[in-house]
Amino acid sequence: MEAFAHLVNELNAADQKAANAASSAGFAYGLAAIGPGIGIGYLVGKSVEAMARQPEAAGMVRTTMFLGIAFTEALALIGFVVFILIGL
Amino acid sequence: MNDLSASAITTSLQGPAPEVGVTKDMVRRGLIVAPLIIAVCGVIWGMNGAYSSAYGIVIVLVNFALAATLVAVTARISLGLMMGAVLFGYLVRLGLIFLAVLLVKDSGWISLPALGATIIVTHLGLLVWEMKYVALSLAHPGLKPSRP
Repeated sequence: MEAFAHLVNELNAADQKAANAASSAGFAYGLAAIGPGIGIGYLVGKSVEAMARQPEAAGMVRTTMFLGIAFTEALALIGFVVFILIGL
Repeated sequence: MNDLSASAITTSLQGPAPEVGVTKDMVRRGLIVAPLIIAVCGVIWGMNGAYSSAYGIVIVLVNFALAATLVAVTARISLGLMMGAVLFGYLVRLGLIFLAVLLVKDSGWISLPALGATIIVTHLGLLVWEMKYVALSLAHPGLKPSRP
């Protein structure tokens, strides 16, 4: 811990700013990926339940499930774009 | 283990895969609108923007194709496997997109704002376009709109 503090003190202001931006971007991307992960899990779980109960409706359920997955994933992509713009 | 979880693990779905058809539609539409998106990015960010925009469109279309392939292949084996594959596939595809951007981020031809804008606009635009088609097909099969 002391070595880390020593290392941080040796960084100049520009490096510190870049390091802060990178770590903030990493946190933002990680947080942005959690929500869609929960959403996709819930969505696919319910879809599997529906297909298991009513296999004859599987085609319709799979179509809407796939579009739902893609829409949910868009949230993670927005987080990723923020990450590449401010931190990469 | 109750009956529903047992059937979710053992049930497999044979026959045509609708997500493959949806993805083929989106890829075809993506290729149709690609010149327009590339031109707009070229006007705003210059040649680097045009190259980055083309790269972003490829990333989005490959991402859709991977997702559809994963669902189509695993649904033929078991619904439980499909659920696991979709969840891990989500992580893997995010990792692949990250890798694809990481590989080119220091290249001279890349424009990150153009790449980011293209990824978001293409992804959402193609989904909304397909959603309109799918919603009309499901609600009014007799009025199925013609494909582009």
